[in-house]
Amino acid sequence: MNLFDILGPIMVGPSSSHTAGAARIGFVGYRLLGETPVKAKIELHGSFASTGKGHGTDKALVAGLLGMRPDDIRIPRSFEIARERGMAFDITSVYLKDVHPNSVRLTLTGKSGKVCTMIASSLGGGRIKVCSLDGIEVSFSGEYPTLIVNNEDKPGCVTRVTSLLSQRGINIATMQLYRDTRGGEAVMVIECDQGVPEPFLQELKALDGIEKVTYLNMEEE
Amino acid sequence: MAFGALEEIVQECEKTGLPLWKVIMQEDLRERDADQKESMERMETLYQAMRDADEAYDKDMRSASRLVGGDGYKLQQAVENKTTVCGSFIGKVMMRAMKMGECNACMRRIVAAPTAGSCGVIPAVFLTYEEEFGESKERMLQALYVAAGIGQVIASRASISGAEGGCQAEIGSASAMAAGAIAWLRTGDAGCAMHASAIAMKGLLGLACDPVAGLVEVTCVKRNVIGAVNALTSADMACAGIRSVIPPDEVFDAMADIGKLLPSSLRETGEGGLAATPRGRQIARDL
Ligand code: SF4
Repeated sequence: MNLFDILGPIMVGPSSSHTAGAARIGFVGYRLLGETPVKAKIELHGSFASTGKGHGTDKALVAGLLGMRPDDIRIPRSFEIARERGMAFDITSVYLKDVHPNSVRLTLTGKSGKVCTMIASSLGGGRIKVCSLDGIEVSFSGEYPTLIVNNEDKPGCVTRVTSLLSQRGINIATMQLYRDTRGGEAVMVIECDQGVPEPFLQELKALDGIEKVTYLNMEEE
Repeated sequence: MAFGALEEIVQECEKTGLPLWKVIMQEDLRERDADQKESMERMETLYQAMRDADEAYDKDMRSASRLVGGDGYKLQQAVENKTTVCGSFIGKVMMRAMKMGECNACMRRIVAAPTAGSCGVIPAVFLTYEEEFGESKERMLQALYVAAGIGQVIASRASISGAEGGCQAEIGSASAMAAGAIAWLRTGDAGCAMHASAIAMKGLLGLACDPVAGLVEVTCVKRNVIGAVNALTSADMACAGIRSVIPPDEVFDAMADIGKLLPSSLRETGEGGLAATPRGRQIARDL
C-alpha cells in the first residue's frame, strides 16, 4: 500500500466499503453508460443488502449514477436530486452466485435508449472491481484509463488493437481477453498507463472486426 | 517496495542522515514514480480536508440509527466550562475525536485515516497539537508522513482492516500512527517515534470489532477518543525515554497474530461483543 492508501481517501462516511466503494461503483456505471440514466435498477447482494441501508449504500449508489464522486457532500441527498433530475430508480436485493459479499447488479437505461448491465464489487478501502459487463465476465478496477473493446471473436483482432496502441505511444498496463460463451463476441479489457485521446478512440472504432469501444477514465472531469 | 519494518526505516535514517519523514516520503515517491511537489500537495489537501471536516461539525446532525450525534458538542461545552478532569488540551483532543467520528457516522465528508471508522484519531491529535503548541503547518505535514509511514508498516505486517484484524487494526493502528508522529515532532528522533507507536499499539491489542447492528456508529465513534488520548500518553512515555520491551515490529506481528485468533464474530460482522448484548440486538431489530 502506498502512503495515500493509508491516509485517504477523502470520502463521505460512514464506510469505505459500503459508502465510498458504492459511490464509486455508481460513478463507473454512469461513465460506462455515458450519460445520466433515466432508469436504474439496483440489486444489492450480500452485505450490501443486509447492512447497506444503515451505511447509505443505496444513497451512495444513486449519487454515483448521477455523476457524483465518493467525496461529494451531496451524497446524503442523492434520492432528492435523482427525483429533480428525472432519474427513476428501484432498489431491491438479489442473490448473485460466486461474487464478493459487497456486490451489486446495475441495469441502467439512458435517455438515448442505451442499456448497460454490470455487476461490481466493493473490495474495501473504497476500491472496487467490475466483474461483469453486459453479461460478459470481466475484471477491472477503474483505477487506470480503461478501454473496453467488443470485437468479433476472429483471429487478428487483438493484434490490430495492440499494434495501434503501440503506434500511438499508449502503454498497456494490463490486458485481458474474454469471450461470450453464447455468441461469437469477444471483449478486450485494456488498462492503460496514459489517458486515451478522443481521435484515437475513433481510429480504434474504425478497425476491422471492432464492434464497440467504451472508454473509462475516472480522472477526467 | 515500501518499508516492511520500522527497523528498516530507522536504519535508512541513520544511513542517509535524512529526517524520518523524508525517508518515508522518498520511498513512496520511488514506488509510485511520483514527484515531491505532487506528494506534498496531496498531503496538504488531506490535512485541509481534516480541518474542514472538524470545522463543519454540526451538533444537530444524526446518524442512520439516530443513536449518534451531538456528543462532540457536549465535550465542547465541558471544555468551554472548564469542567473536564483531563484539562483543556486533552479535553479538546477528546472533543475533536468525537466530532470527527460523528461526522463519519452522519455521512459527512471525512478523511479515512487509516479507515473511515477510525477517522477521528489523527485529526484530533494533529489539529489540537498544532493549535496548542503553535507548530507550523509545514511540520504538521511532515508529521503526517511519519504517521502514514508507520501505517504502511502495520498494513504490511498485520492489517488495517477491522474485518481482518478487529478494532486493534483500525483504532489501534490510527493510535500508533498518531503516537509516532507526535513523538517525532517533539524529539525529531526516529527510534523514539517507533517506540511511541509500539507503546500505543500495545495498549489497544486485542480490541474487538463489534459494531452494533454492523454499523460504523456505536462502539466506533467513542473508540476514536481512546485512540487519540492513548496516542498522546504513549508519545509522552516514549519522549520521557521509556522504551517498549518488545521491539515495535514484533508488537505489530503480535497484533497480526491476535487478529487471526479473533473469531469472525469479533471482526466486523456485528455478531459478537457489544453487538450481541441484549440492547445491541434490540437496536439491530429496531432499525
Ligand atoms: S469497531 Fe470495527 S468498524 Fe468500528 S472503528 Fe473499530 S474496527 Fe472500525
